[in-house]
Amino acid sequence: MRKRSLIPIIYILFLMLPIYWLVAMSFKTTNEILSGFSLFPQTFTLANYEKIFTDPTWYWGYINSIIYVSLNTVISIAVALPAAYAFSRYRFLGDKTLFFWLLTNRMAPAAVFALPFFQLYSAVGLFDTHLAVALAHCLFNIPLAVWILEGFMSGVPKELDETAYVDGYSFPRFFVTIFLPSIKAGVGVAAFFCFMFSWVELLLAKTLTAVAAKPIAATMTKTASSAGYELGLLAAAGTLTIIPGAIVIYFVRNYIAKGFALGRV
Amino acid sequence: MKTENQKAWFFVLPVLLLVAFNALIPMMTVVNYSVQETFGNNVFFFEGLRWFEQLLNSERFHAALGRQFMFTGIILAIEIPLGIIIALSMPRQGFWVPVCLVLMALPMLIPWNVVGAMWNIFALPDIGLLGYLMNTTLGINYDMTQSPFAAWATIITMDVWHWTSLVVLLSYAGLVSIPDAYYQAAKIDGASPFKVFRYIQLPKMKQVLTIAILLRFMDSFNIYTEPFVLTGGGPGNSTTLLSIDLVKIALGQFDLGPAAAMSLIYFAITLLVSWLFYTLMTKDDAK
Repeated sequence: MRKRSLIPIIYILFLMLPIYWLVAMSFKTTNEILSGFSLFPQTFTLANYEKIFTDPTWYWGYINSIIYVSLNTVISIAVALPAAYAFSRYRFLGDKTLFFWLLTNRMAPAAVFALPFFQLYSAVGLFDTHLAVALAHCLFNIPLAVWILEGFMSGVPKELDETAYVDGYSFPRFFVTIFLPSIKAGVGVAAFFCFMFSWVELLLAKTLTAVAAKPIAATMTKTASSAGYELGLLAAAGTLTIIPGAIVIYFVRNYIAKGFALGRV
Repeated sequence: MKTENQKAWFFVLPVLLLVAFNALIPMMTVVNYSVQETFGNNVFFFEGLRWFEQLLNSERFHAALGRQFMFTGIILAIEIPLGIIIALSMPRQGFWVPVCLVLMALPMLIPWNVVGAMWNIFALPDIGLLGYLMNTTLGINYDMTQSPFAAWATIITMDVWHWTSLVVLLSYAGLVSIPDAYYQAAKIDGASPFKVFRYIQLPKMKQVLTIAILLRFMDSFNIYTEPFVLTGGGPGNSTTLLSIDLVKIALGQFDLGPAAAMSLIYFAITLLVSWLFYTLMTKDDAK
C-alpha cells in the first residue's frame, strides 16, 4: 500500500513544480530574475502585484474575463437543460443525428473559426462586447453541457416525472422544484466544465475583442511582446489567473470524479 | 423506455439556434473562401478546387500534418497509460481523495497562454528551474530555441503536464463505480492483480477511456496556443503543428483561399478519425 501512494505523490510534485516556479518568479524583482538562478526569491517584492492591482488595463482584463466566462456559463446551462431533458426522455425525429452533430462542434479547431467569427460578430454589431465572446464559446460549451447533463438526467428514473404529473404538478414547476434539485450535482459539474473551457480559451476571446472587453490573456500577450520582457510582471499576472479556477474546483471537488462517469458516449 | 414526442424539438430549439449560428455561418464563410482568390479590397475570383489540389500536393502541408500526427500519437501513448496507472494507485476514500483531485485538476484550469508562458519561464536555459537543472546540475545541453529535439521534448512534457489529469479523473471515475462485490469475487477465485485489472477494471473503464481518448485526440489535434506561446513553432519549422501553420497562412500571409481549404481538410480529418474510433469502440456494445 505504501509503495503505491508514491505514484500520485510523484505525479503531484511534477504538476506543482512549474506552478511553484511561476509563483516564485512573481515575487522576484526584474533585476534578480535576469541576474541569475535563485531557487527562492532573495529580495521578496510585491511590486509586480501592486502594478496589476493599480493599473486599470491590467485589472480590467480580469474583470472582463470573469464577465464573459460567467455569462457563457449561464447561457450554456440555461439552454442545455431543456435540450438535455429532451434527449434523455424523448425520442424524436433526428435525435441521434442531432446529438452527434452537436458533438462534432467540439472537433472544429478554433483556429479554423477565428477569422469567420470576427466577420460574423462584426456584422451583427457585437464585436468587442462580452456577449460576443460568451456566445462564441457556446460553440464548444453547449455540446459538452448537453452531454454531461443528459448523462445525469438519464440516471433519474422516469417514475419521478410521472408521479409528479399525477400529483398535479405543471411541467415548469416540476422541472424547477423537483427535477433540478435531483440533478444538482450534474448542473455543478456541467457549470464547472463550461467555466473551465471558457476561462482557458484565448484565441477566440482575443479575436473577438479590441479594448472594451479585452481578456486578461490578451493583456498578458501584449506585455510579453512589448514591454521589454518583464518576466516578474508576467509571472504575477499568470499566478492570478490560476486563482479563479482553484476556487471553482474547490467547490465541485466531490462531484468531478462522478461527473463524466455518468455521461454516455 | 423513451416515449416518442416530436414536441421535444421545442426543448432542443434554443441549443440548435445558438450552435447553428456559431457553427453553420462561419463554416459557410470558410467554404466560400476555399473556392476563391482575393487580392484584398473585398474583390474575389472564383478558383474552383484549385486550392484543394494545391494543398494536397504541397510539401509544407504534408510536413505539418506529419508533425501533427506525431505529436498526437506521442501524447496519447504517454498520457493514456500514465493516467490509468495513476488512477489505479490513487486512494479510493478518505481525506486525501479531494486533495489529490483538486491538485491534479489545477493545470487544466490555467489559461492556455499562461501554460505556454509558464513553461517558457520554467525552461529558460540559465534562469528557469528546468533549464538550470538540465544545463548546470545534470550537464545536459538543453536549449529549446536551438535544438528541435529539446523543443519537442518540452512541448510533449508540457502537454503531459497539462492534460494527463483529465485521463486520471476519467479513469478514476470509472474505477470508483466498480462495486466491491467484484473484487471480493476475484479474491475468492484467487485472481492475480493483473487479472483483476484485465478482466474487471479495464472493461469497467472502457466507456470513460473512450471519452478520454476521444477528447484527448480532438483537443491535441487542434492544439494551438500552448506550443505557439512556448516555441512559436520553432526552431525553424520543427514544432509548427497544423493549427500554427494554418494561422500563419490565414492571418500572417492573409491567403484566405488556401487557409480556408486547409481548414476544411483539417476538420474532415479530425471528424473522420473521431468517427472511426467511436465506431470501433462502441461496436461491441451494439451487439
